[in-house]
Amino acid sequence: MGWGERYDDAGEEVREVHVLAVDDNFVDRKVIERLLRSSACKATVVESGRRALQLLGMDEEMKGCCDLHGSQPKVDMVITDYCMPGMTGYELLKRIKESSALREIPVVVTSSEGIVARINRCMDQGAEEFLLKPVKLSDVKRLKDNMKRREAQPRKESRASAARKRNLEDEDSFAGPSSSSSTTSSPVSHGDRPLI
Amino acid sequence: MDALQLRRQLIEYTAELFSEGFLDEQFTQLQQLQDENNPDFVVEVVSLFFQDSERLLNELAKSLSQQEIDFKKMDAHVHQLKGSSSSVGAHRVQRSCISFRDFCNAKNVEGCLECLQKMKHEYSLVKDKLETFFDLEQQLSTTGGSPPPP
Repeated sequence: MGWGERYDDAGEEVREVHVLAVDDNFVDRKVIERLLRSSACKATVVESGRRALQLLGMDEEMKGCCDLHGSQPKVDMVITDYCMPGMTGYELLKRIKESSALREIPVVVTSSEGIVARINRCMDQGAEEFLLKPVKLSDVKRLKDNMKRREAQPRKESRASAARKRNLEDEDSFAGPSSSSSTTSSPVSHGDRPLI
Repeated sequence: MDALQLRRQLIEYTAELFSEGFLDEQFTQLQQLQDENNPDFVVEVVSLFFQDSERLLNELAKSLSQQEIDFKKMDAHVHQLKGSSSSVGAHRVQRSCISFRDFCNAKNVEGCLECLQKMKHEYSLVKDKLETFFDLEQQLSTTGGSPPPP
């Protein structure tokens, strides 16, 4: 596994976005890995929530991050399938959001079923987005762009809103429906596909 | 057959696969993810899909042959198959999984059995079609022809 490296070049952030993808389906794992790497992300793909938490530095009993956390690779985003045996994507999301060390990591939930109650549950638990499978290149691009944009903005409510407004006015990439639904205030982001 | 004819044949064959509903836009997405650094990506994913499908179809047949049918287990298997078929764009297989799920939820054994036959049939059709597709691609590449854009 190769981790992204930080280049301090006049303060410019050149580190690759590192995404941890979780899916119990091995066809889906292969596809998401390629999707992420095609989008110039570092991808680590695992088959279970439990394994994901281990990689994030949570100890066996999931009580909290162990002392080795400092040496764990930095994960910038987690993309997890909702339906998985053992620990579901929702449970993984919950564990991450309940952890003081990990809660800042954006967690995107994917599912083949756009059940409203499921979507709301995930968003209430702090999911970044809820994506309908199969995940597309345009979804990954949008997630990556949002992340980079967020990192560039200070974490203040009013300034974040102003930035969103500016982007909506200025950039073509925010003109489409998929972009306008990608802000955290909107519960669902699934491009132009209808909710089933 | 020369490269130009092969290329044309491949384009026509691909169009047929889409118009007959064997494949959907997700297959195109996979083709777009293939590049010179990952030249066999589509074949690799589709091979995984074949392996996964055969295993799952066997599991479903096994489950349906039990005295006590475990509908929950069957639902989990068909969910997996629905997922992988969706991820490779195997549209008709995916649709047959949805039908199976409905019968499974209704605990309708006869319906499940009939639907399983349909799933196996759809799977075997798309497998043949995709093997022919890859074969045409391979032939085209051997003649030095340039692949049509996805």
